[in-house]
Amino acid sequence: MTDASLPTDGAKPQSGSLTTLDARTKKRNAAEKRFRAYGVAAIATGITFLFVLLFAILTSGLGAFQQTFLTVPVYLDEAKLDKKGNRNIDDIKKVSTFGYNPLIQKAVLAEVQKAGIETPLTKSKEMKALISASAAGQVRAAVIENPALIGQTVEFKFLASSRVDGYLKDRVKREHLARDKNIDAEHLDIVDGLLEAGVVAKTFNPAFIFGADASESRAEQAGIGVSMLGSLFMMFVVLFLALPLGVAASIYLEEFAPKNRLTDLIEVNISNLAAVPSIVFGILGLAVFIQFMHLPQSAPLVGGLVLTLMTLPTIIISTRASLKSVPPSIRDAALGVGASKMQSVFHHVLPLAAPGILTGTIIGLAQALGETAPLLLIGMVGYIASNAPDGIASGLLDPNSAMPAQIYEWAKRADPAYYERAWGGIIILLIFLISMNTLAVILRRRFERRW
Amino acid sequence: MPVIWLCVIVLAISIVGFVFGRQRALSSAGGDARALHSLPNYYGWNVFMKVTAPAFGLIVVWLIAQPLVIQNSIAGMIPESEIKEGSSIGLVMAEVRRTAEGLNNAVAAGVISEELSLDAGADVEALTASLKEAGQVVTSAITQPILHAAQAYRTMTSTGSLILAALTLLLSLGAAGFAIRQADKDYKARNTVEQGILALLIAAASVAILTTIGIVLSLVFNTAEFFRLYPAADFFTLLEWAPSFSGRGGASKLGILPLLWGTLYISFIALLVAVPIGLFAAIYLSEYATPRVRGIAKPLLEILAGIPTIVYGLFALLTIGPLLVSVFGDDGAGWMSGGRAVMTAGIAMGIMLIPFVSSLSDDIINAVPQAMRDGSYGLGATQSETIKQVILPAALPGIVGAILLAASRAIGETMIVVMGAGAAARLSLNPFEAMTTVTAKIVSQLTGDSDFASPEALVAFALGITLFVLTLALNVFALYIVRKYREQYE
Repeated sequence: MTDASLPTDGAKPQSGSLTTLDARTKKRNAAEKRFRAYGVAAIATGITFLFVLLFAILTSGLGAFQQTFLTVPVYLDEAKLDKKGNRNIDDIKKVSTFGYNPLIQKAVLAEVQKAGIETPLTKSKEMKALISASAAGQVRAAVIENPALIGQTVEFKFLASSRVDGYLKDRVKREHLARDKNIDAEHLDIVDGLLEAGVVAKTFNPAFIFGADASESRAEQAGIGVSMLGSLFMMFVVLFLALPLGVAASIYLEEFAPKNRLTDLIEVNISNLAAVPSIVFGILGLAVFIQFMHLPQSAPLVGGLVLTLMTLPTIIISTRASLKSVPPSIRDAALGVGASKMQSVFHHVLPLAAPGILTGTIIGLAQALGETAPLLLIGMVGYIASNAPDGIASGLLDPNSAMPAQIYEWAKRADPAYYERAWGGIIILLIFLISMNTLAVILRRRFERRW
Repeated sequence: MPVIWLCVIVLAISIVGFVFGRQRALSSAGGDARALHSLPNYYGWNVFMKVTAPAFGLIVVWLIAQPLVIQNSIAGMIPESEIKEGSSIGLVMAEVRRTAEGLNNAVAAGVISEELSLDAGADVEALTASLKEAGQVVTSAITQPILHAAQAYRTMTSTGSLILAALTLLLSLGAAGFAIRQADKDYKARNTVEQGILALLIAAASVAILTTIGIVLSLVFNTAEFFRLYPAADFFTLLEWAPSFSGRGGASKLGILPLLWGTLYISFIALLVAVPIGLFAAIYLSEYATPRVRGIAKPLLEILAGIPTIVYGLFALLTIGPLLVSVFGDDGAGWMSGGRAVMTAGIAMGIMLIPFVSSLSDDIINAVPQAMRDGSYGLGATQSETIKQVILPAALPGIVGAILLAASRAIGETMIVVMGAGAAARLSLNPFEAMTTVTAKIVSQLTGDSDFASPEALVAFALGITLFVLTLALNVFALYIVRKYREQYE
């Protein structure tokens, strides 16, 4: 006997068809839909941010890979460059870049007149604003290398000044010229004319990828190549220190460590170090490596040491995970045929865990490659990385910059032409990071073994 | 270079020792490897280990101790009168070292003779001139006591290196002889070698402890030095941050409160962006999304976590800042005067933290047992009601932990605030104003000038220790909560 009593506390029993929804159900369903929409909106926002970021990087940075060049035939006047006429290399070297500037400016003016451009600028000196300050050095280097060029007319491809470059890339606009001391409308008219005549052209600029940094006033000349080498040397240091140290530490903690206070202390330390802000590692590097051990400032060796300490926890954590994923039966089998504990680990467990360790190491390296803050403190910023290191010792010990530090340095400079270079540098940095991470994913897919 | 040669010689001895050890063990077993206790190579490694370990240990200890010992004995030779006003013993010692180095290089270049460089009565001025001629960097004029000290420095350094070389050679040869004699068929070479390897592994694991000790010591000593020059009470209570670089000390006002305020304000804005987006994304991904959507959306969001912070910094400086100015600047609402502001840095940092919050919360929501969902559905709750009334309350401690971890990340973040937040320390409520943070000031106080004696530079260490303690406390607390929560459902 079941006595189901009717509800008496006011709730009206549903009247009408079960297929039509009552107000409360409608409300609940609407709430359900809203909630779902919030979720979709959140994910959409996140992904939008990602695409906006990538869009900003690409639109602002791709320009840095192109540069405006002027192709100009320059008459290398013997009367100016080699007054004695005996082609003595020491005499030729005495002519500084100041001696070359008039020749170049004259050549540019000749091109302007040849193209038939109407302009009030008729003095060769007034062409200075069009060409990069690096042009004279370029011609001088060519002449010193081959003194036989003197007296001939040689065609050179000069970098245009950063304002002209900016004009072609829409960064320098005519309406803002009033505030610009470096260039005026007449010059831009000339640029328009030269563009039509084919003297001025925008082409791919390998010097941005492989070249050295330049001083603040020569944005058109700056490249990221030297700081890329600095990053490379730092990554070598990180790889050669962090990988063996991290693997050894993980093997100890995972395979040998007894459960005691010391082991606990090490474990707590590692998990805390993983969360210490990176700038604190910079302070550590400054105080210990530079202040106490007197290692050279701005050296990739010091940067590498600091980044090693910073990535060590990452590598230890991922190495331990891959050691843990090797099933105990492997160890038992090795022990069963008479291997010692050490042999079972080094001959069997470690090779099986190697792909996982490698993946973790690559991800750790990628993290180290993009890290900037600690490098600021050990002096890798504010330094103009203009000389490529020769040899390993000089690569490790001579002052250099690193890719992210170079980007920061460019972002700090006043000339907006450097912003484009900073974005361009980010594209290169991201290409490195993406390829490293892709490599890690491929390794994982290819070699990961599920037990 | 001699130290490198020394290392090469030690390595050579140990390799020869390896071969001899292995051979001796094999011959003691009559050439039959099966009669040995361990595999033949272990006897070789035994010798190798016993040669290299003490020799390299000696070299390292010596290289650390020698400069300290020499420094101390030389410092005693310099009379008080040599230490000029405004100078210190450290500077004079640096001069001594430079002079000694100059003498070394000049002798090596053949500009001055070995006898002259050691002559205590040498004419100081002539010597200085010839040093300069040799292209050596020598400060102004070398005085008599400094020359004496430099000469003593040179002789002590060279005798030190000689003694080190002799000792190392003796030690490694002795160790090699001892270890080769040990090689016998009954000797347990494998056990010894494995003990050695284990010691190496332990040493590697201790690097983590050493790093922590290094961080704490470098922060604590420099902070103590700072508090000797600047009152601690002012540092913690002053409402003003105005370092002066012109006058040494005195005039500077170094109060941490405006910096802390900026740090917390920016972190708060960042969390305001990251937590709702990250949390809702995590809920959707773990509760609603089909495996396909999840497989696409999750990695896409996580790309945001792999982008270096310098990129976010540049994005804040060059994209978010100008965008905000065009809306809230003088042409728009008129609240914002420059591109660098709390908002600029906060939004960029928030974007960076989205994947951090979402993947942590995702893990935590996934850890809530399915039985709780099933129970709620069985009672007739809709999916969103289940999430709001069952899952989120159950996951709340874990989510709080995740948010705290994100907050600690935000507080310690450097590049975004250096580039996006501005340099002026301000106590203000307007989020469109430029403020600065603890990390940004650490960078600005420690870059450029490498003079660690002034309170203006040392304050960075006090800021660093504050930051370290703050983030560490947040982390320990958050991990404790997360762990506690995990245990609840295991």
